[in-house]
Amino acid sequence: MKIPLSWLKDFVEITLPLPELCHLLTMAGLEVEAVQIIGLPIHENASDSPHLHEVKMEGLTWAPDKIVVASVSEVMPHPNADRLVLCKLFDGEQEHTVLTGAPNLYPYKGLGVLSKPLKVPYAREGARIFDGHQPGQVLTTLKRAKIRGVDSYSMICSEKELGISEEHEGVIILDDDAPVGIPLVDYMGDAVLDIAITPNIARNTNVLGVAREISALTGQPMQPPSFEVWAEGPAIQGQADVQITNPELNPRFVLGLIKDVHIKPSPYWVQRRLRLAGMRPINNIVDATNYAMLEIGEPLHAFDYDSLVQRAGGKAPTIITRTAQAGEKLTTLDDVEHTLDDFTVLVCDTAGALSIAGVMGGAESEVHPETKNILLEGAAWNFINIRRTATAQRMSTEASYRFSRGVHPAMAERGVKRCLELMRQWAEGIVSQGLVDNYALPAQLACVEITPQDVRRWLGIDLPIDEIADLLTRLEFHIQLKGNGLVVTAPDHRLDIGEGLIGVADLMEEIARIYGYERLPETRMADELPPQRTNRELELEERMRDVLVNLGLQEIATYRLTSPEREARRLPPGNAPDDRPYVQLANPIAKDRVVLRHSLLASVMEVIERNARTAQRQALFEMSPVYLDSEEGPLPEEQLRLVIALTGPRALPGWQSADSGNMDFFDLKGLIAAMLEDLHIQNIHFEPAEHPSFHPGKCARLLVGEHQTGIFGELHPVVQQRYELAEQAHLVVDLDVKIILDAIPVRFTAAPAAAFPPVLEDLAVIVDETLPAAQVESVLRAAAGKMLANLSLFDVYRGEQIGIGKKSLAYSLTYQAPDRTLTEKEITALRQRIIRRLEQELGAKLRS
Amino acid sequence: MLEQIEKLEQQALADLHAVQDEDALQRWKVSHLGRSSSLMKTFDQLGSLSKEERPAIGRRANQAKQALEAAFNQQSDRLRQQTLERSLQSERLDVTLPGRPQVRGRLHPITRTLRQINRVFGDMGFQVFRSPEVETDEYNFELLNIPAHHPARDMWDTFHTSTPGVLLRTHTSPGQIHVMRKYAPEPIRVILPGMCYRYEQVSARKDTQFNQVEGLAIGKNITMSDLKGTLTDFTRRMFGEQVRTRFRASHFPFTEPSAEMDIECFLCQGAGCGVCSGSGWLEILGCGMVHPVVMTNGGYDPTKFMGYAFGLGPERITMLLHQIEDIRYLWGNDIRFLEQF
Repeated sequence: MKIPLSWLKDFVEITLPLPELCHLLTMAGLEVEAVQIIGLPIHENASDSPHLHEVKMEGLTWAPDKIVVASVSEVMPHPNADRLVLCKLFDGEQEHTVLTGAPNLYPYKGLGVLSKPLKVPYAREGARIFDGHQPGQVLTTLKRAKIRGVDSYSMICSEKELGISEEHEGVIILDDDAPVGIPLVDYMGDAVLDIAITPNIARNTNVLGVAREISALTGQPMQPPSFEVWAEGPAIQGQADVQITNPELNPRFVLGLIKDVHIKPSPYWVQRRLRLAGMRPINNIVDATNYAMLEIGEPLHAFDYDSLVQRAGGKAPTIITRTAQAGEKLTTLDDVEHTLDDFTVLVCDTAGALSIAGVMGGAESEVHPETKNILLEGAAWNFINIRRTATAQRMSTEASYRFSRGVHPAMAERGVKRCLELMRQWAEGIVSQGLVDNYALPAQLACVEITPQDVRRWLGIDLPIDEIADLLTRLEFHIQLKGNGLVVTAPDHRLDIGEGLIGVADLMEEIARIYGYERLPETRMADELPPQRTNRELELEERMRDVLVNLGLQEIATYRLTSPEREARRLPPGNAPDDRPYVQLANPIAKDRVVLRHSLLASVMEVIERNARTAQRQALFEMSPVYLDSEEGPLPEEQLRLVIALTGPRALPGWQSADSGNMDFFDLKGLIAAMLEDLHIQNIHFEPAEHPSFHPGKCARLLVGEHQTGIFGELHPVVQQRYELAEQAHLVVDLDVKIILDAIPVRFTAAPAAAFPPVLEDLAVIVDETLPAAQVESVLRAAAGKMLANLSLFDVYRGEQIGIGKKSLAYSLTYQAPDRTLTEKEITALRQRIIRRLEQELGAKLRS
Repeated sequence: MLEQIEKLEQQALADLHAVQDEDALQRWKVSHLGRSSSLMKTFDQLGSLSKEERPAIGRRANQAKQALEAAFNQQSDRLRQQTLERSLQSERLDVTLPGRPQVRGRLHPITRTLRQINRVFGDMGFQVFRSPEVETDEYNFELLNIPAHHPARDMWDTFHTSTPGVLLRTHTSPGQIHVMRKYAPEPIRVILPGMCYRYEQVSARKDTQFNQVEGLAIGKNITMSDLKGTLTDFTRRMFGEQVRTRFRASHFPFTEPSAEMDIECFLCQGAGCGVCSGSGWLEILGCGMVHPVVMTNGGYDPTKFMGYAFGLGPERITMLLHQIEDIRYLWGNDIRFLEQF
């Protein structure tokens, strides 16, 4: 919302420097996002303000001695150029001849001395202005030059050159009462505050609202605009009428009538204010409706009265408001045909629909250059319904912006009165006496009782009752004392104050705002501490992350929205991923983010792919949910998964030689085993598995207890080809985190380190190539029993020495008794038992 | 005889002086102190000397032997020291060569920030409560005092799913209702971290997916000043003791009064820089007192209970802490970026 400072000053005196004013508004919830400077010195009286930089202030400062109001007494043709004119100009000090090409001065060319001199903004030699011929705002300094043989050193300015707007079609022609010779900045210097309006302060979508806030915040009294109308015409009654069919949707409808208007451009100061507020001046009638709307917040609509009379067959028109038939059509004044819903409220007459209520007028009854008589509408609408309508019709107008946030019905009457008077002043019409005012559902003023105890309870401060009353009175609340408290009635421009406890909450915000949030103390909660609970799931997840980081993995975080096509890449072409339905977006923002993912692996593979260009080695993990259709209700199951991906050299490259091999299946398996061990999870099994994403011979399944926890292995070469990856092996695992977390014991025991010396022994056995090593190990462990403190495989050998189709597995065993040193005899017996059982159960042979 | 011993001693000491390595030293020892050395032989000859001569000669021979032994030990030490020094010299490294690179794991920067947030609030008695990312319109909006078609809905650009009434949560606030309904009428102090989604054009500042950490405190005596105190404590622990904050009025339908908190830009100390867009202040969170409607919807009697809520963005905080200019770096997963944390 763009609010010119000069306009605010119509209603409240502002003595604060701009940065202070912006700070005050921002702190009170009217965030000033930027300030456009129009001529004023940027940091006037504020160079030491602590709030100097808080708001971005940009624009052009007009030097008082260089840019002044001047008068043009004669416009003469240029001797050598048709498209240029020479102006005889007086700047308060001396006469100049000024060259300009402004088309809006051509009509005065050759008229001799003008009967009424033109007032213009005049920039003297050396003035700093924006270059009118360059796009955007480029500063330039006026220098002496010869243009087509005529001396030129100064300029009559356009709005673009002075930083008012982008307008550069002609020079500014000021209103006739502009005093010649005074600095332009004193005449029309301004600043435009761009204020973010949150939905709860919709009452401030206008100059008056913001002025009211400034008045409350600074204590300067308000000087509200006059709503008096100079009405001399015959009474409106009998010339127009209003019927409301649904007061819930249209609580009030007000009509005013003004006749014999002269449609022409508005006075320059009006046009300037409209432009500064971000609207385009059209003509004095349309400008009056927009001006009144910007000023007090009531959107207004001007009908061509005669066309309504014609539609009514020559009789006085009756305005009827009703909801549309579903599918009913209306062409609005932007020439768009709208198909309406059954909740759309229409403003109609007896001949049919005229406009979409609160959003936009229709083409047929709009004001045109020949319009003489104006019927002016000011109404109140249900804001929810207007928002629904504007959303459904995809229309956003100044009117719908305000009506969809709520405008108090009281403003309908004030808006019509203010606008009629502006039309009378600017278009010389005659206002019919009185208004047609159908106030079908009068608004109830919210009335709330509060006490100083409430203030204490909500805000934590003790305010005397008079101070509370004063803070609210500044915002025009009506206050009555009642016992120890106050009965507070909301003013008739606000719809945001509720009843009962909600009203109390609303008033607390108002009290805090005007008192100042900054002044509230910072206290520590004295209230009872709630029962303390452990979030075990979260703690274990975080522990798992720590374990994975300790194992040398980099955590990543991916987008959870994807597309089925992207996810399909994790499988060989032609494999259907799965048939569970996706959580599908109804309104995706991008083609590649249309569903919530099913596969975390697919997300992680995309990261591996992206990094492949710059990183030969990657060791990544992510622990995040996937979203699976649930049978229990409309919401999906959010299943937490862990994906680890490894690729590239085992060790980082350095200047000394290191293990330069690439990571393989067993690096990943070792990592998984180490993770589970660090989490103290028992009862883990790995078994061969097959899955289309994986190399058929390098794929395994992890079982924790009975539960299938996930699949891991080397990525299938065909899958690998679907990504842009290096040729080296890619090892990935995709695990169900919940199964792992559930298997983590609440506590674990720790034994003392053995006090007696261990006995170390190596044992190599030759078995069939096809015999899984896990079987050898399990027989070995069973045979060795409790005395086996540690067992590790240190070599796997295949070769002619041991025969084709055989392999040798070499283990290092550590025997240890907790209470004594094991004897040679015991060890020998153990060894023999182990060898015997390996031979008997697996057909193994001891390798000598 | 005495003269001979004197000569032997002098000769031996002179020889010893010339010895420069361990082998020569051992050879010297054999020839001057060994069984067949001239000095040792004088001891053998003592028996053949007269009683008068014997003590003086014997004493002198002993003296010479001790002197030679002492000299030998000294020379031996000296040589060992020299050898050690030579070998230390020869083992000198170029210590400016780089160390062996180590494989290291790291947490994602947002995980780090989330943990820090959890820790700071955990110290103040806040526990973590989590709720689903895919939500109903009822929990995401209606129960939070945002009725259908209300203009306040414009504040959240929402991803709807193909199931009517089911959406991706636009904030963690629906968790407020979940936690209240679970624990009413106990007092509550929780934080609710989680992923949220908004239908928004991706830019350097905004993404369609983002983390949020909601906070909620419910009790009999909780005030807006408590809210201010809690959040100020939080920012001091998160950003440093010196950081200044400001608390300004704002609007959220589920809190009343509502506020936003800014911290003084610690990069420019409030003077204005690119990160704070020249304003000197950085908005880090929204907050307010729990709205009576929300309190009621959560199952608490708003005439008896008070509460506050706040919501902050871990991505934004991460960006501030590390001067990261574009939020997309956090989701880009470029290892070269992540390796810095």
